[in-house]
Amino acid sequence: MPASTKTKAAAAKPASTKPAAAKPAAAKPVAAKPAAAKPAAAKPAAVATRPATKHAPGPTTTGPVTLLVSTIKGAYQVKSNADRTSWTLSDPKHFGHEIYHYVADPRDAKRKIQLVAAKTGHLGPTIYRSLDGGKTFAESTQPPRFPAKKGEKRSVQKTFWLTPGHATEPGVWYCGCDPAGLFRSTDNGDTWESVEGWNASKKVAAYLTSAGPSPGGLFLHSLIISADNPRHMYLSISAAGTFESNDAGKNWTPLNSGVAMDFAPPKTDGTEYEVGHDPHCMIQSAIMPERLYQQNHCGIYRLTRPEKTWTRIGNNMPKEIGDIGFPIAVHPRNPDMIWVVPMDGTSVWPRTSVSGKPAVFRSKNAGDSWQRLDKGLPKKGWLTIYRQALANDAHNKVGLYFGTTSGELFASADEGSSWTSIAQHLPRILAVEVQ
Amino acid sequence: MRVFLSSHLRDYTQHQGEVAAQGATVDAVLRDLDRQYPGIMFRVVDEQDTIRPHINVFVNEGRIRTLKTAVTERDELHLLAALSGG
Repeated sequence: MPASTKTKAAAAKPASTKPAAAKPAAAKPVAAKPAAAKPAAAKPAAVATRPATKHAPGPTTTGPVTLLVSTIKGAYQVKSNADRTSWTLSDPKHFGHEIYHYVADPRDAKRKIQLVAAKTGHLGPTIYRSLDGGKTFAESTQPPRFPAKKGEKRSVQKTFWLTPGHATEPGVWYCGCDPAGLFRSTDNGDTWESVEGWNASKKVAAYLTSAGPSPGGLFLHSLIISADNPRHMYLSISAAGTFESNDAGKNWTPLNSGVAMDFAPPKTDGTEYEVGHDPHCMIQSAIMPERLYQQNHCGIYRLTRPEKTWTRIGNNMPKEIGDIGFPIAVHPRNPDMIWVVPMDGTSVWPRTSVSGKPAVFRSKNAGDSWQRLDKGLPKKGWLTIYRQALANDAHNKVGLYFGTTSGELFASADEGSSWTSIAQHLPRILAVEVQ
Repeated sequence: MRVFLSSHLRDYTQHQGEVAAQGATVDAVLRDLDRQYPGIMFRVVDEQDTIRPHINVFVNEGRIRTLKTAVTERDELHLLAALSGG
C-alpha cells in the first residue's frame, strides 16, 4: 500500500510499477514564516520549507487498483479495471465484524500479506492476517494486549490502526489501540508485544490524562515509521497530541507547538499547552520525509523538520469553508500536493459537508492556497468522511478514494479534479486503503 | 462439564454450539476451552481477567461476573452474547 501515505513503509515495490516519471517538486528556498495564525483572506505566503532531503521518487503504479475498505460490518475489496473506469465490489470478509483498518504489506510485491484490525459488538479486539491476498484469514495467536503486571488496569478495547514497519524490517508491523496503546509484531502480525517505551512510560501516561478521551475513545493513530529512518517514529492520539521518537519507540517527545486547542482555555501565563491536542490524521511525504501534515480538530497544519512549530495552512482555506475535517492525503511524488475534505465545524459541529455541498480541496503549494474540487460529487449531500477513509494510489495521474459514513465510495482518476461514485449502500465506512 | 456457546463464538468450535471442558472454576474451564480452541478466551475475557461488557457468562441459570466462581462437572456453563444495542 505504498500509494497511501497514512501508513509508511517507503520504497517497497508494488505489484505493477514502472520507473517514476514525475519529478519531485523542488522545495522553495524561502524563509520560514511564523506559526501565528493569519486572516483567511491574506495573500498566500511562500512555502515554509528548506531544501528537501533527496529521496528517490516512489514507484509509479499502473493497471488495476484494489481498494481495501473497512466498514462497521465487515471488510470489502473493490477492484478496478486497468484504466480505473469500472469497479467491482467483493462480498464482505469478516462479515458483521467492526473493521477499523485493513492494510496490505507494501514490502510484499504481490500484496499477499494483509492484516485486519477487528472486533465485534460483543467479542473483544483481535487481528486477522492473510498470506494469500485476502482469500483466507487466520486469527493472530497472540493479539495486542497489555502485559499482565501489578498495577496494570488497562485492557485493549479496539485494535484501531495498523502500520507496516520500515522497508528494511520485513515482518514488522505496529498496531495502535484504544486506549492509546502501541504494540509491535515481528512475525507479520501473528504475535504482538507491548512497546514498553510507550505503554509503560509514566511520562507518556501523564500526557494521556491531560485532556481526557475524545468521544470515540483515547485511541492511537497516524503511526508513521519515517521513510528515511526506521528508528524515527511519529504517532498521534485523540486527544493527547502528536509525539515523536528517535530511538525506535523507547522515548517520546510531544510535537504540538503551533497547534491550536480551541477546546481548552488559554493558559494564564500565555504559553502553549504541551499536550492535550486533537490531531485527526497526520501524514508524511514519502519522498520528503521531513515534511509532515496534519488535519487537526482545530485546523490544517504543515511541519517541515527540523522545524518544531506547526504552521496553520488551514488559514489559507476560504473563510466560508474553514479548515475542520478528519482525513488528509499527500501526493506520493510531490510533497507540496495535498488533499483534505472539509467538514462543518460551526455551531454544534455537524461534521458533515460544509453547507451541504460535498467538496475536496487540493493544494499544490503545500497549503499556501487551495482549490475546490467538486465535479462529480453530489450537488447536495451531508457526507462525513473519517480520518482513515481517504486514500491515494501512485499512478501517474494519482487516483484518490474516499468513503463516507453513509456507505458510499467515491473515486477520482485525475488527482481529485473529477469524481465518480463507485460503490453505494455499504455499511458505515471506517477506513479506505489502496492495496 | 458441558459448555454452551452462542453463535458469535462458534467460528472457534467448528460451528458446534455445545462442547466439553474441564476445571474447578470458571477461569479453569475457560482456559481449558482456550487450549482446545485457541483464541476463544480473549474474545470473552480481557487481559485483566474481566468478562467483556457485552458477554454474559451463566453457570446453570445464574449469571456470574467473576471467573473465580467454583463449578462442578454437573454444572453447565453458558457463554452468551448479551442484549446490546436494542
